[in-house]
Amino acid sequence: MKEKNKISVIIDGKKYRGQAGQTILSLARKNEIKISALCYHPDLKIQGSCRLCLVEIVGRSGLFTSCSTLIEEGMKIITSSPAINKAKQVNLELIFSQHCLECGDCLYNQNCNVRDFAKKYKVNIAKFPDRKKGFPTHYFSNALEFDTSKCIDCGLCVEACHKVGVDFLELKKKKNFYEVVPSVKKDKDCIYCGQCLTHCPVGAFEGIGEFESVKNWTLDKKKTVVFQFAPSIRSTIGEEFGLEPGTVVTGQLIAAIKKLGVKHVFDVSLGADVTTIEEARELVDRIKNNKPLPMFTSCCPAWVKYVEFYQPELMPYLTTVRSPEIIMGGLIKYYWAKKQGLNPKDVIVVSIMPCVAKKYEIARQEFKVKGIRPVDQVLTTRELAFLLRSKKIDLKKIKESKAVSTLGVPTGAGVIYGASGGVMESALRTAYHELTGKNLGKVEFEKVRGIEGFKKANIKIGKKIIRVAVVNAIVNAKKVLAELKKNPQAYDYVEVMACFGGCIGGGGQPVPVDDEIRKKRSQGLYNIDKKHKIRSAQQNPVVKTIYKEFLNQEKNIHRVCHTYFRKKKKEVYPLK
Amino acid sequence: MKNKNIIAKLKTSGLKGRGGADFPTYLKWQAFLDANSDKKYIVANGSEGEPATLKDSYIVKNYPADLIAGLKLALELSPKNSQAFIYLRKDYYKKYKKHLEKIIGNLPITVFREKGGYLSGEETTLCQEIENKIQRPRIKPPYPVQVGIHGRPTLINNIETFYHVAQIAKGQYKKTRFYTILGKALHKGVFELPLDYSLEKILKSTGNFPTFDYFLQVGGGASGEIILPKEIKRKATGSGSIVIYDKEKTDPWTLMLGWINFFMKENCDKCTPCREGTYRLREMIRDQKIDKKSLEDLFFVLENTSFCALGKMVVLPFRSAIKKLL
Repeated sequence: MKEKNKISVIIDGKKYRGQAGQTILSLARKNEIKISALCYHPDLKIQGSCRLCLVEIVGRSGLFTSCSTLIEEGMKIITSSPAINKAKQVNLELIFSQHCLECGDCLYNQNCNVRDFAKKYKVNIAKFPDRKKGFPTHYFSNALEFDTSKCIDCGLCVEACHKVGVDFLELKKKKNFYEVVPSVKKDKDCIYCGQCLTHCPVGAFEGIGEFESVKNWTLDKKKTVVFQFAPSIRSTIGEEFGLEPGTVVTGQLIAAIKKLGVKHVFDVSLGADVTTIEEARELVDRIKNNKPLPMFTSCCPAWVKYVEFYQPELMPYLTTVRSPEIIMGGLIKYYWAKKQGLNPKDVIVVSIMPCVAKKYEIARQEFKVKGIRPVDQVLTTRELAFLLRSKKIDLKKIKESKAVSTLGVPTGAGVIYGASGGVMESALRTAYHELTGKNLGKVEFEKVRGIEGFKKANIKIGKKIIRVAVVNAIVNAKKVLAELKKNPQAYDYVEVMACFGGCIGGGGQPVPVDDEIRKKRSQGLYNIDKKHKIRSAQQNPVVKTIYKEFLNQEKNIHRVCHTYFRKKKKEVYPLK
Repeated sequence: MKNKNIIAKLKTSGLKGRGGADFPTYLKWQAFLDANSDKKYIVANGSEGEPATLKDSYIVKNYPADLIAGLKLALELSPKNSQAFIYLRKDYYKKYKKHLEKIIGNLPITVFREKGGYLSGEETTLCQEIENKIQRPRIKPPYPVQVGIHGRPTLINNIETFYHVAQIAKGQYKKTRFYTILGKALHKGVFELPLDYSLEKILKSTGNFPTFDYFLQVGGGASGEIILPKEIKRKATGSGSIVIYDKEKTDPWTLMLGWINFFMKENCDKCTPCREGTYRLREMIRDQKIDKKSLEDLFFVLENTSFCALGKMVVLPFRSAIKKLL
């Protein structure tokens, strides 16, 4: 049956086999034939707007865009000819005529496609004066910025925003040109997930402060500056240094940060273990005491923003447990600092996050204790890599640090938080213990794993069946909500991550990214968990100590581990 | 089977689409008939966004019953709950809606008001409009006849085409077309004349043959080709419009600036060559400074790499005007 769908084509004289319905570009990429393209992203619908991925087809006149042309039996495809090369050259000249060159702090500085193409096709990048000179930059709160002078109008960001399920970015005609703009509509707002950023081929989007904030970075010696890194970073940051996606570099990461002069490096996965315990307890409490169900996770700040703006009626269903990053920040300032004899005011917590929405999250007033924020600064994975490179610290070459993270090591459960389904799985492991008093024999919940957008499972814990859903991208959360509307009892517990694949596909992660890369990043985290001796949060001795010494008081639990939500008004408007 | 005979008749007649692309009508109708679906759409395209072209409005005004008869023939080839549209630009809609609806009666034909401009006449953009989506073309293939409005097979023909289909069904098709004659013409208007008439014959038989030094723009007031007096043995192309210019009194730069402003305003900015290419072409025309190599480069990418027909059509008027008028 499968064989029937196979199609043979010839590309540049060599035979290849593909599937019916496959495009020329997709088949070429699969076979590592390079066809330059900008507006093609395997995550998203075909745009066909950049007009670079041109090929010729023997027997047909004209040029064809390989991204939008399907393979046919016996098709003879040519990827390089004088006509193709000329067309690419001219279209690249035109693309450069609308793309302001600011390569120094561009997130594609290391791997810029458009510059590589320019070299390959001998493009005069300054042939035309810049049409977009002086075009404005839109700021999306303190999370993202969009420099429209770099935008090449490919449409991928609008498509990504649509695929996430937000539709905040729009095309609007201004004078003679359509432009990508933040929506002016009152019922539309940005949730700061940053999928526009990771799908922009030319770096028109960046996190706020990327990379100015780390350009002249020096360690503030008057304060105690500590770093903490999110669960997913360990299997993604390697890409910034030429390592394969999914390569686990926990030790190297700690060593590299220490090389910056930072003495204390914390692992947010330890905070995740606390999140897990609190969240499992809340779930059990909600189930036992007939409180609002399903409970939704709330460690994804973009999802929380979505609820607070678009569907505030769901706020009672969000778990009140803070995200691992915020809990860890709180533990550092109010528990660890105290033990060290430090004033929390003199401790600066810098988080390395896979996320741009985390930049927004840390500024939430609800987290403050006596005017002090748990976390002072968020750097994306990319920003840390930029900082390390600027200090000539190469993660690839650095000796793995034997030193473990300050305060202690997390469980495997804390590490898998970085992948879609990880929060759910961790909480289920602990909830099992909470409900039955026993520890799980087999801790894996395979049904909630994987990068698919929507996973569901019925989990038997003791006599109780817990119905769970794990979704990534808001569009899939909407599907859950639609199901709940029909049947309010459809689920007990729902994990939502705004980004494709969860945090390993976050807006602060290395680019480029696609399903293959997300799978590898995710696998890296599960491999760590597999090797871990302790795989359930409640079994972590460090966490036990923290609960014995600090989280033994309701007051402390409340101010470090829990939060509340507030209905949000529109925050982001287009510039006039 | 009676109604399927129309396709054979269309084939014998040799009728080609009158929207400008000259695609054999019977092939489109056959593909529409062959497409498998329990609901299909039919659209009579009266977007008529091309400047200096008035034939569609002429037909809607003078032969609405024939237009509707043409649509009815297509409906007879379609599944039961199929629907047809008469897709009209704003001003035509305002003028003719009521009258058309009277003739339509109970037939499943809706008179649709187009919101956009020039590009909205492009058939995939038309589908977008009817679905109330952004006015930008879709990737082809699939063609609307396979996947059109709401994913359904959609037959889109120009209003004039439907008129002729009705004539063919009645056995009254005389191999004519509707020519719009404007500009410095003595008798401006729309004229139904034989298809095989040369430009010269058209001008003479309508009393419009210029007595002054002139040139023509044929096939559309923006996308048409510049034709010199020595070339008038040719036939009319595109939308069948002819604009007569007084050579003495026409500044080719002003003329070209008008066209390029039109294209820049009306294009959708989706693809690189059309968005940026028309912008750079405009700069050259505005500054009256044409660098031949750059110009040819722009023409090359516009013709060969534009997403839709609009970008491809931009080249002809400028190439002919620059060659023949400068």
